[in-house]
Amino acid sequence: MIVIVDYGVGNSRSIKNMFKRIGADSVITQDVAVIEQAQKLLLPGVGAFDPAMQAIHERGLHGVLQHKVMAEKVPVLGICLGMQLLGLGSEEGELPGLGWIDMRARKFPAMEGLKVPHMGWNRVFPTGHGNLHSPDVEPRFYFVHSYCVKTEDRSHAVMTAKHGIEFDAVVQCGNVYGAQFHPEKSHRFGMGLLESFMRL
Amino acid sequence: MLRKRVIPTLLVKDGSLVKTKHFKKPIYVGDPCNTARIFNEFEVDELIVLDIGTGNVQEQINYRLLDELASECFMPLGYGGRVTSVAQAARIFDLGYEKIIVNTGALDNPELISDLARKFGSQAVVVSIDVTRDVFGHPHVRRRDRGKYHFSPIQWASKVSELGAGEILFTSVEREGSWQGLDLGLLKALVGQVNVPVIAHGGAGEYSHIRDAFDIGADAVAVGSMVVFHRKDSGVLVHYEGNMLHG
Repeated sequence: MIVIVDYGVGNSRSIKNMFKRIGADSVITQDVAVIEQAQKLLLPGVGAFDPAMQAIHERGLHGVLQHKVMAEKVPVLGICLGMQLLGLGSEEGELPGLGWIDMRARKFPAMEGLKVPHMGWNRVFPTGHGNLHSPDVEPRFYFVHSYCVKTEDRSHAVMTAKHGIEFDAVVQCGNVYGAQFHPEKSHRFGMGLLESFMRL
Repeated sequence: MLRKRVIPTLLVKDGSLVKTKHFKKPIYVGDPCNTARIFNEFEVDELIVLDIGTGNVQEQINYRLLDELASECFMPLGYGGRVTSVAQAARIFDLGYEKIIVNTGALDNPELISDLARKFGSQAVVVSIDVTRDVFGHPHVRRRDRGKYHFSPIQWASKVSELGAGEILFTSVEREGSWQGLDLGLLKALVGQVNVPVIAHGGAGEYSHIRDAFDIGADAVAVGSMVVFHRKDSGVLVHYEGNMLHG
């Protein structure tokens, strides 16, 4: 069973809808006992970095997440802000992230004609690393974000995208996965990605 | 490069899908959920749902319908219609929508825009501006229940983007349902004035109309008649030719 971690931020409902469509059992919960049973974890996230980290701590979820991901090696997928939380921190806040991937979120640089947030459909470019895929030859996804990441170890970048600068659209370090875009809002492209996460 | 968006717009009235001309004479088009499902199959860039209401002031937001619609849609969703509070918006976001569209609610209480932007981020707040031109061709903001205001849509657009609107949905009332092309003059003025993305709406009837709007700087075009009718003055046929629409 896939557990969608409910810590009060994010479009959990849309993610559950898409899992249902691809025939995967999922549950939205903040109950530690249920999270302990998870075979896979999904970390959604919309909003700002520090309030999201605070919400994880306030609900007492940090310990169980750390145990599931680092000790049990359960696959975890962070989406959008949920992906940025997987790193060490963000220019957007002061708090440390979960620290499972060596990366930091930075604001898109101010550039002439570059709109921030990066919002809309954009192409992504698979790097050949990792084991999350989208079946399409020209995959495109729906993005909404003002901060972006680039992993220190470039073998952890699975897909990249461009908006003024190049940044990582999908990252992976062992059992820790992240997608900057919203697969749950990206038609068959996102469905393909969630399917490949489901099959892990 | 971000892809320019072509956004089908579903007008809902009393639980049914309708299509209007100049905001009047709603024609029954079908079931909104079925139609949303078809647009999902066509992999549309985004979908806008506008509940135009029955005119009854007691009428509530139809959360049940919104829930059903969202469960069929794996693309970004925006909802507008009778949203006047942060609490209503929160409930709609929870159903799986990412954009809230406000119009009359923002005219009555401009602070609603900043309240929503603070709570959910600017990217989640779309301000819809209906524009009508008077006999001299001067544009005015039009309010659904009271007719035109004597202030310019350009000024209002600047104000709402300062307040935190992340996008502007600009609708030309005279062009709406006309198939005659968008109001490009006003669109150009608007795009030149505000920094936020502009969704042009009202009048798209041919692919070239959409391209014209993209060429002068619209980030998205909202389409109604041209994707729910076979052709002008013809029967219902829900369709969306992604490649043609994107030029």
